[in-house]
Amino acid sequence: MSRLSPGARVRVREDYPPGHIRTPVYLRGKQGVVERYFGAFENPERLAYNLTGPKKDLYKVRFRATDLWPDYQGSPKDVIEADIYDHWLETMG
Amino acid sequence: MNSDHHHHDHDHDHDHDHPHAPPQPDDKVHSYYQILSIALKELLIEKGVVTAAQVRQFIEKRDSITPANGAKVVARAWVDPAYRARLFEDGNAAAAELGFPITGTKLVAVENTPDTHNVVVCTLCSCYPRDLLGLPPAWYKSRAYRARVVREPRAVLREFGTELSDDVALRVHDSTADIRFLVVPQRPAGTENLDEDALAALVTRDSMIGVARI
Repeated sequence: MSRLSPGARVRVREDYPPGHIRTPVYLRGKQGVVERYFGAFENPERLAYNLTGPKKDLYKVRFRATDLWPDYQGSPKDVIEADIYDHWLETMG
Repeated sequence: MNSDHHHHDHDHDHDHDHPHAPPQPDDKVHSYYQILSIALKELLIEKGVVTAAQVRQFIEKRDSITPANGAKVVARAWVDPAYRARLFEDGNAAAAELGFPITGTKLVAVENTPDTHNVVVCTLCSCYPRDLLGLPPAWYKSRAYRARVVREPRAVLREFGTELSDDVALRVHDSTADIRFLVVPQRPAGTENLDEDALAALVTRDSMIGVARI
């Protein structure tokens, strides 16, 4: 059972640790909505050091382009979606 | 870094006219990471972990995968609603059905509709459904595409000749993890009488990345 369900409002952790981080910097601290749950995958932050386990839940998170870029040129319906591991997501009220 | 250029003789075929200097791919200075990669390969061969023939075979196998494989998946999804449903349910199984095994990553198909257009990028590196489409085009790996398509995607699409009206929602998929995305383009109007092979011939690489429509 995954911690988050589709529709859950989340915020990407605003954190800048060293290492092989697959959470893009442009999304850190940004709010989005869980679009779907993909399953549990090896954590790239450990794989980079040839370490495996424990697996991390992976979600597709949807961000409104206008939330990411205040001066966004396009439709307010436009979204950016990225695949974010569970430990990078904080739940919102 | 050593930048020792060799001035080799230009004895290769060169019968076409062009004003610029002829390409000299062997003369370029390798970057740090290219040298690292070559050194690693040579060490693995010297230590007997892999053979030079295995490396060559792997590259040959990689190069044999082309966007035509993805086009067959798309065409089947267009003509066979049950296959289409399986493709969206489990991309790996649907690709394997047609003889295209995908290992190590999860294939997720995303569908273009009259209301929604999808485009794929990997802002962090060059993640791409290589097992299905082959190697990505050079522009897909460029910093300009990777940075701009999440920042001003409509401007980028326009440069590819793709104009989206504002009532179409644009979805940019940043492949940041273990998922690889395949865009299923819209089937063009007037193709009702085409068979599956003829439909597959219409499906281009760029339409499966999402920078173009068909």
